[in-house]
Amino acid sequence: MLKILKYSFFDLMRSRWSYVYFLFYLLLGVVLLFLNNDLSKAVITLMNVIIVLVPLIGTIFGVMYYYNSKEFTELLLAQPVKRSSIFLGQYFGVALSLSMSLIIGLGLPFVFYGIFNSGAIWDFSLLLVTGAFLTLIFTALAFVIALANENKIKGFGYAILLWLFMAVIYDGVFLMSLVYFEEYPLDKFSLVATMLNPVDLSRVLILLKLDISALLGYTGAVFQKFFGTSVGFILSSLMLTLWVIVPTYFIQRMAKRKDF
Amino acid sequence: MNKRFLHSILFFLLFTATLFAQRIEVCTSCKISTIIQAVEKAEPFDTIIVKKAVYKEYNIGITKPLTIIGEGNPVIDGDNKGEIITIESDNVTIEGLTIVNVGTSYTTDFAAIRVVKSENFLIINNTLERLFFGIYLEKSNHGKVLDNTIKGDAVNEYNSGNGIQLWYCNNVEVTNNRIRNVRDGIYLEFSDQIEIKNNKSSNNLRYGLHFMFSNNDTYTNNLFEDNGAGVAVMFSKFIKMYDNVFRKNWGTASFGLLLKEINDSEIKGNIFEENTVGINIEGSNRIEYSNNDFKSNGWAVKVRGACYANTFTKNNFLYNSFDISYNSKINDNVFDKNYWSNYTGYDLNKNGIGDVPYRPVKLFSYIVNRTPETIILLRSLFIDIIDFSEKVSPVFTPDNLMDNNPLLKPIRYDRDR
Amino acid sequence: MIEIDNLHKRFGKNEVLKGIDLTIDNGGIFAVLGPNGSGKTTLIKSILGMVVPNSGTIKLNGTSIKKNWEYRNDIDYLPQIANFPGNLTVKELIKMIKDLRSSKTADDERLIELFKLQPFLDIKLNNLSGGTKQKVNLVLTFMFDSPLVILDEPTTGLDPISHIRLKQLITAEKEKGKTILITSHIMSFVEEIADEIVFLLEGKIYFRGSIPALKTKTEQSDFEHAIASMLSSSYA
Repeated sequence: MLKILKYSFFDLMRSRWSYVYFLFYLLLGVVLLFLNNDLSKAVITLMNVIIVLVPLIGTIFGVMYYYNSKEFTELLLAQPVKRSSIFLGQYFGVALSLSMSLIIGLGLPFVFYGIFNSGAIWDFSLLLVTGAFLTLIFTALAFVIALANENKIKGFGYAILLWLFMAVIYDGVFLMSLVYFEEYPLDKFSLVATMLNPVDLSRVLILLKLDISALLGYTGAVFQKFFGTSVGFILSSLMLTLWVIVPTYFIQRMAKRKDF
Repeated sequence: MNKRFLHSILFFLLFTATLFAQRIEVCTSCKISTIIQAVEKAEPFDTIIVKKAVYKEYNIGITKPLTIIGEGNPVIDGDNKGEIITIESDNVTIEGLTIVNVGTSYTTDFAAIRVVKSENFLIINNTLERLFFGIYLEKSNHGKVLDNTIKGDAVNEYNSGNGIQLWYCNNVEVTNNRIRNVRDGIYLEFSDQIEIKNNKSSNNLRYGLHFMFSNNDTYTNNLFEDNGAGVAVMFSKFIKMYDNVFRKNWGTASFGLLLKEINDSEIKGNIFEENTVGINIEGSNRIEYSNNDFKSNGWAVKVRGACYANTFTKNNFLYNSFDISYNSKINDNVFDKNYWSNYTGYDLNKNGIGDVPYRPVKLFSYIVNRTPETIILLRSLFIDIIDFSEKVSPVFTPDNLMDNNPLLKPIRYDRDR
Repeated sequence: MIEIDNLHKRFGKNEVLKGIDLTIDNGGIFAVLGPNGSGKTTLIKSILGMVVPNSGTIKLNGTSIKKNWEYRNDIDYLPQIANFPGNLTVKELIKMIKDLRSSKTADDERLIELFKLQPFLDIKLNNLSGGTKQKVNLVLTFMFDSPLVILDEPTTGLDPISHIRLKQLITAEKEKGKTILITSHIMSFVEEIADEIVFLLEGKIYFRGSIPALKTKTEQSDFEHAIASMLSSSYA
């Protein structure tokens, strides 16, 4: 698997898209930090990027890579390599190169800005780690979708739909149910609903760490109590890890049964 | 002519009295070893010097004009038995004492220092600890409370007292005091013409500063931090609130400033930072808000019904989760020329004023008011989308509520701080 | 030795292989023929493990290939469409495939020489013409010395000289005692090199035997006509 990962990774590292992605983050970081010199605003923009754009790019890039490397996959399938290694190798290749573009692209401007000398280093690391997690999760989901759909157009359609669901529709339904059941105690429900969607979970984690003003007040206290403690933090990390493991398991399972 | 003559006589009498005033020393090895003895022996206008020691005394009643000065931090320990000093005379000065262990009672409001129906008092440089009520001014006028440190150990509201309490007082100056861990830092009831300056009131159970039925008062340059709520102004009129800082008043029902049934007041040059709610307004009319900074609050301003003819001009609204929240569709307040960090408009004619009006009330803040748990969806893409659609065509929020001249750059004030 | 027993494969409702029984002994060139959609490629991919059969077994030298991948060390495969990861150069691709089969010694130098690929070694695969890609494909297939060689439409896109070299190469491999499985649409090519024909029709083996035997059976003197007559008789 490591060999496949290595080749997929190098293949991607040379592709134009990785550079575009990397440069995009670099530019974003530079603009946010040096041209706007308003850190509070920068953090909010950064969070929006992490929770909206990173999943979208992970999804699209994952699906695109899968379909584009179909022939490469077939070439590998005829080689004495385990099937699941091929797909897991490719998946980690894509996910890692995307995560690296994100971490280096955003990290560099912050390093030059002097993040190492400030107390914000942990908060900022949390931002990047969350971004990396979301990349892993959504690339895995994209691979699952692509494996399930021979038809490229269909695959893309489902992938976009998945992103739309996680980033927008889920929250819509969430909001509706909160408003609809407002007479009932909703603390537990909203905690669980947040934990179940990796986008929401990441958003809340970042909000609590970076944007102190955001979740004050009544429910804020409840969430602060949960996510602020180490139990909550461990549980959230576990949940995010689970979100990586489950689709990865599906990749492996589907890869075993698929015909080429 | 006659009146003037009388005045001269009075002045002369006073002058001679002071001239013949004695110094009485109190210390453990002195002839007079308790403060109560000293007060009894003293003639009007005498000065009692209390030397460094611990005096186990309470119920020290002062009924003549006296000056009591502590030298080298003497401590009066009331042993939780009752009130420590009660002043029932004009022209009394209490200086440099440390008073601890005031008695707690559910029926009597014991205080460390109480002033009753007196004038020209001066309470300066004292330290009060482990207390019930700190300084209790009762129907007393024209006095000063300066440079005191009050440190309580309040846990529950029902069995704790206030740091400095004014009840039916006029023309009192409260300056440079540091008050913490009591119920209300400073409490005013039926007290007018009071000036409160440069105090620091923090970690109090209820309010940093609390007005009830008090008019024409001014508070300036105070710091209110980490209180249940910063300042509450209720059922009062003509209050001037200038250059104060309201910080970190966090919690379920926490506010930087709570206004309830208050009219014709001014709120200028204050900073509201990191409060759950910056200002909570209920039934308040004709209040002028200007040059304030609202920074990183959950809600900068929460308007809850029956607020008319208030004006918000030249304030900075910086990174609040919600700038303004309303619970009705009716708006009779004016927002003009403020800076809003959430403003996304443009300025084509480069006059520093945005060309598109800003709507500070978001649909989401309306939803959160209804169902508080929905706050968990803050800053999600879905919320941004519905906020945007509400902005384009308001359905739930007042459609005339907008700042027609939003500034593009934050206003810089010359603050002397 | 390849033993295929009662092999079935369905893609959705479309049943492609309807019970294939086939035994291929070691040594010789076997051509798998049949009209479009008869299941040639599916059969080959089943042997390679790229297609998972619905039922039936495939054994290679006595061991089942199910849940097994190491056996592919003994197979060289030339896919029908030669498409490679575009951002790698020819050299890197060859190196990578060698890396994946690290247990074997490779004969790439000679083959690069044979197909005159030296000028293309440092060019990215994206920028190669179809014919050149097919040559790279051939190098990748023949550089290992595996006992079983499977070629899916090997002649696609080749110029006449390379075509001749390919034939020589296949013959040379046969002489080493290898088993070679070929699919092709070019009948002259098949006639020239194949020892035995396996003719598939609608997911079943319709004919198996040598070319002369086929000609006798169909009473045609020409190989191409023999195939055509077989097709028309089956459709009749």
